[in-house]
Amino acid sequence: MGRHPSQSHDSERDASQSHDSERDASGEEPSETRLLADGSGSDLRAAFDGEPAFVPYLAVGDPDYESSLAYVEALERGGADAIELGLPFSEPIAEGSTIQEAVVRSLDAGMTPERFFEFVADLDVDVPLVCMTYYNLLYQYGGDEAESGPRPFVERAAAVGLSGFVVPDLPAEEAGPLREACDEFGLDLVSIVAPTTEDERLEKLVDISSGYLYVQARLGVTGADVAPSDQTAESLERLGEYDIPKAVGFGISDGEQAAEIVSAGADGIIVGSALVEIVAEGYEHDRPTDDVAANLEALASELKAGARRGGEQAVPRPDGS
Amino acid sequence: MSDAEGTTHDTGAPTRDPEPTPETGATRERVGDGKFGDYGGQYVPEALMPAIRELEDAYERYVLGNEDGFRDEFRRRIREFGGRPTPLQRADELSQRYDTDVYLKREDLLHGGAHKLNNALGQVLLAKYMGKERIVAETGAGQHGTATAMAAAHLGMPCEIYMGERDIVRQRPNVFRMKINGAEINEVTTGRGTLKEAISETMRDWATTVENTHYVIGSIVGPHPFPTMVRDFQALISEEAREQVLDQVGRLPDAVLACAGGGSNTMGAFHHFVDDDGVGLYAVEAGGSSLAVDEEEGVAPNSASLSTGTEGVLHGARTKLLQDGDGQIVESHSVSSGLDYAGVGPELAHLVDEERVQPVNVDDDAALEGFHRLSQREGIIPALETAHAFGYLEEHADELGDLVVVNVSGRGDKDLEAALEETEQRDIDNAPPMDELTGGL
Repeated sequence: MGRHPSQSHDSERDASQSHDSERDASGEEPSETRLLADGSGSDLRAAFDGEPAFVPYLAVGDPDYESSLAYVEALERGGADAIELGLPFSEPIAEGSTIQEAVVRSLDAGMTPERFFEFVADLDVDVPLVCMTYYNLLYQYGGDEAESGPRPFVERAAAVGLSGFVVPDLPAEEAGPLREACDEFGLDLVSIVAPTTEDERLEKLVDISSGYLYVQARLGVTGADVAPSDQTAESLERLGEYDIPKAVGFGISDGEQAAEIVSAGADGIIVGSALVEIVAEGYEHDRPTDDVAANLEALASELKAGARRGGEQAVPRPDGS
Repeated sequence: MSDAEGTTHDTGAPTRDPEPTPETGATRERVGDGKFGDYGGQYVPEALMPAIRELEDAYERYVLGNEDGFRDEFRRRIREFGGRPTPLQRADELSQRYDTDVYLKREDLLHGGAHKLNNALGQVLLAKYMGKERIVAETGAGQHGTATAMAAAHLGMPCEIYMGERDIVRQRPNVFRMKINGAEINEVTTGRGTLKEAISETMRDWATTVENTHYVIGSIVGPHPFPTMVRDFQALISEEAREQVLDQVGRLPDAVLACAGGGSNTMGAFHHFVDDDGVGLYAVEAGGSSLAVDEEEGVAPNSASLSTGTEGVLHGARTKLLQDGDGQIVESHSVSSGLDYAGVGPELAHLVDEERVQPVNVDDDAALEGFHRLSQREGIIPALETAHAFGYLEEHADELGDLVVVNVSGRGDKDLEAALEETEQRDIDNAPPMDELTGGL
């Protein structure tokens, strides 16, 4: 199916990567060079086939390894179509206070890149998983002074069954080495599009992206306290012509907003801080893991239902999806 | 992705605008792509990229191209408001002590008491030319914050300063100075509450307010064009020093010494000497209490990123960093909070790799001794940051040649309390007895 040969060692997550047959839903035969660049054939892209996708985020290891496993699995039960797993970095410059605090809890509990990979391997979920982290952790992993770069990290990520990356501090200009490594191992690189992104940069971003585009719903940092802005619809309109799923994130916290965003033309929604707040609340009040997991599942279900509702209200897109 | 994209890293080819417009083509070549060897670059969230581009454009037009007379106005204001040029003074006592001609570049005499104003005034003025309405800045020890607050008051710009909660406690006098100049202080409580958290928090503010706000970064760090632009503003130091030493002594120095944290006074003092092969350039880092990194605690009891750091990406640039084996950034610590930063300017990192700049360091005790020595023998109380350069001079004067220029990057008034406290805790040979020091207080 045109998958990169080096993907074959992904067999440990075969169940989650069995969407290949849906690749050509658009009816177009992608050219050889665009095959990976536009994400055709990727399980991340396939997560957006059919109904609007719900893509939740949690910081891995928050507040501890075992609870975090239960929390991520609860998201899948709540209807997640793909999950962004945050690998905590000490300087998370794109995160608001909610996720900053999650990062501190996770690091204090001993999370490291190696533990992160173990976590991914331990997870019992069937949806594609995206690693969200900052470039220095990718850059340092497994290398030495003579041979540093993102390749060893990407190789290991592929081996444990991750499907792609979101790297908030890596703009298109610096993304060459990571894109190359992703191509080599058949992983997706998801780019963030900001309200301030000019049209001339859009093309460049779309060019290096695969899987989906992360459309930032407003300026600023992550956080549920500031709602998406009017700029979202504008961004979606500008992106309309590009054949890659658009997932909107930053500030979405309930089913109502999810419906609104999807009806404005998004192919999916990304929700982080609102979910992390549930983890934080459970940690502060020392709640049983099962209770917190149930709360996460409930909000996930609400968000997924909202996205679905939005999809029913949405004007049909030109590609018929 | 295009081929050009993929090979950028290896060939040093331009990362963008393969065909510069005629108007900017000439200066683009001078600015380059913000890479110093493999260091530098623009590792920032996408939301900031347009602002970075806008700043690059403004830097090229106003700072390099003198559009609308920017450079003339900057030079006039840094002279009239700042007090430039600062003197190059022969240190008679030290010269005799080391049997070497020692000259002091007196940046401590610049308005505000440190070299920081060169950059702060330049950037606040540039923000005005760009039509920005608001200034944000980070500060660690408070020197950059006070310089930015002064420049903003001088030019009538609203100004907010991000400062770690621990630094706010440690640097109260500077907090008052900023407030008196009309700046708003935003306390940063994340992480360990020092400089690197303050930088992260300022970047978050900027990511939200980028359309009307300029971020006045305090050193030659961060994404391109900051390292190059800040260096250009600070290069007034070596521009003057080089002329002054030729004028006063008739020859170039054998060595230039400057302390190095992020590296702005360092590159400022070195820049116009870089092409003079016979001039040794010594970046003196804070060796703190030990050169090791405590991985367990995530702390480096030093800030010697040039001497001991490894390559990585922090706050928008690839450079040498103090980090653990996983790539988590560690907290740096030395007797001088102004040097405490886990990274260093990418240009300095590159010049060290090229062996043009010697990275050296002295420990906390040597810095404190340097502080007391300059105070007693030359009548100049230096900042604890600056004192590191004099610590190195004491230990290595006989290896530095016959004519040495030391950059006195700042005065020590802000450090009196810390210096006395640290002196009391240690056995500092050349300090006056503590009861004499504190008896009258």
